Amino acid sequence: MNVKMEKQAEQQETTQQITMVQAVNDAMKTMLEHDDTTILLGEDIGKNGGVFRATEGLQELFGEDRVVDTPLSEAGIVGTSVGLAVNGFKPIAEMQFMGFVYPAYDQIMTHVSRLRMKTMGKYSVPMVIRTPYGAGIRAPEVHSDSAETIFTHMPGIKVVCPATPYDAKGLLIAAIEDPDPVLFMEPMRSYRAQREEVPTGKYTVEIGKGEKIQEGTDVTIIAWGAMVPVAKQAAKQAEQQGMSCEVLDLKTLYPLDRDLIAESVQKTGRAVIVHEAHGTGGLGNDILSVINDTSFLYLRSPIERVTGFDVPVPFFALEEHYLPTPKRILQSIEKAVHF
Amino acid sequence: MEEHFPMKKIIDDQGNLIDSSYENDIDEELVRKLYYHMSRIRLFDRKAISLQRQGRIGTYPPFEGQEASQVGSALALDSDDWLFPTYRDHGAMLTFGSDMTRTFLYWNGRAEGCVPPEGKNIFPAAVPIATQIPHAVGAAWAEKRKGTKNVAIAYFGDGATSEGDFHEGLNFASVFKTPTILFNQNNGYAISVPIEKQMNSKTIAQKGLAYDIPSIRIDGNDVFSVYFETKKAVERARSGEGPTLIEAVTWRTGAHTTADDPTKYRPEGQGENVVNPIERLENYMKNNDFWDEEWIAKTEAELTQEVESALEAMEKYPPAKPEDLFDHVFTNTPPQLVEQKESYLELIGRE
Repeated sequence: MNVKMEKQAEQQETTQQITMVQAVNDAMKTMLEHDDTTILLGEDIGKNGGVFRATEGLQELFGEDRVVDTPLSEAGIVGTSVGLAVNGFKPIAEMQFMGFVYPAYDQIMTHVSRLRMKTMGKYSVPMVIRTPYGAGIRAPEVHSDSAETIFTHMPGIKVVCPATPYDAKGLLIAAIEDPDPVLFMEPMRSYRAQREEVPTGKYTVEIGKGEKIQEGTDVTIIAWGAMVPVAKQAAKQAEQQGMSCEVLDLKTLYPLDRDLIAESVQKTGRAVIVHEAHGTGGLGNDILSVINDTSFLYLRSPIERVTGFDVPVPFFALEEHYLPTPKRILQSIEKAVHF
Repeated sequence: MEEHFPMKKIIDDQGNLIDSSYENDIDEELVRKLYYHMSRIRLFDRKAISLQRQGRIGTYPPFEGQEASQVGSALALDSDDWLFPTYRDHGAMLTFGSDMTRTFLYWNGRAEGCVPPEGKNIFPAAVPIATQIPHAVGAAWAEKRKGTKNVAIAYFGDGATSEGDFHEGLNFASVFKTPTILFNQNNGYAISVPIEKQMNSKTIAQKGLAYDIPSIRIDGNDVFSVYFETKKAVERARSGEGPTLIEAVTWRTGAHTTADDPTKYRPEGQGENVVNPIERLENYMKNNDFWDEEWIAKTEAELTQEVESALEAMEKYPPAKPEDLFDHVFTNTPPQLVEQKESYLELIGRE
């Protein structure tokens, strides 16, 4: 083993205890080092290091040309990223909050998502749009939206949503390396909620694959992002009442890991889908349809959904009432198991 | 381009009158009114920051340094006009007649804080950037179509002029000649990004040129400039001459919000030479026999009392009701939402 290889191996084996926001930072740092064409664009990502410090220190390390504080214009950030992406760069565009992505919706829907298809593969848009999302941190209004459904509905874009520091780093690196556009949602209430051993080197977590994070026999609980820890709490409470829960963390919302869902639901015969986005037209309905298509004859009870209500995400005085709670999930688990 | 938009000032930092155009209009009543409102909103602002530090309200965007811009412009309106604020313009909102208790409630995460007092045309604070500009143009357009003399003012910051909604709003205002005052507070930074990185244009006023909208650049820390120039724009609008873009150059003394630290992104000492607008007015008052210690002390006591009472009312306000999540989404709540509400209230035991 030569010195360089030894060093590499060493690097792979080294881990550090970090939070999710540090893992996100580490993923971008790794890719800025690894690939000269990687470029970060966003509001306040430079000197300020991003409003959540996800880009902290990166401008200092890589310069203002690669970690770019842009003018305040979401459509501008995404639109110019399209041009950068088709012309040799790998832009990582930050939307400061998911509630701020709407001005860029036009660009994403009308160009990012369909450029490859309409040029028959001549141009593709290898860009990542990163955005913190979700309620539960007492942020001001419009800062707490969970708008994944409008993007999973959008053809031509992958939608990824990690729940842990390890996955955040591995999935973000995979997203940056992906030849197609990826919307990367970061659950802001999980940013600093836990620390985990995360490798210091470059590694990827496969996009399109979910994970069974808890084995169980009576019911499958399906969640992602910030709802994963809430689902786990509900599962724990259900276990205390003698109901055994299998918990799935989907990690990628488009394309869905249909095999994982089918395998688990066929085993337990029951499912509770949990998401904090509004119920109507929510992604839960597509998961329900996956179960219908793959596992209908295995079902022992109707599939339950626990979602945010069909109301705008409220100001923070009421956000705890908007968000799915272990209590609401437990109620659905009971309904499914005792049907 | 800068030379085409010279900064208008009426008094200098020391409070000396340097433009006598409005000398006869400056009387004791006006001076006291301006001083009163600027002191009032500063007390509110400082109180709000301290409440946030104590965890009694949520994240809060301070406006200290911008009192002259907010008070001068809001006082130039008539009571039937419309005001479209950003999240940093609660000073202008309070001056125009919004309710202090409700303003505290808003920053405590309560939708009650968006409800304007009866008969007042005050939009809720716009959190997204620049989106309120087309609203103000639309409301002004409606007034014009209805044949009234009412106008609408839209507040926005320097960063907002990078957003599409700013340009779309200006274009509509120009095409339909709406009675809109486009009031920009250029406070130097959009969170951490300084104006020279936000735009290559040297002024914001010049952006009105492309739309053929009369545009001026004023010293936003000189309350007389703000008041009289806004009044002029309001009169233009009322008389059917259309919109005006005002760039009020000011300075945000503190952080963007209580969640950021300006020492990370501002060079040390920047802004130290800016004389705050209240001090400038005080200098003017002292220079011109408008200074009355007794009145100042009485005003301060009265305002402190008002802020404390509003705070007490906010803290005694009944807790937010979960029903409010569902009851105001539609005029007539659809059955499936009623169902969501009922099953949730049943679950939490509050039927």
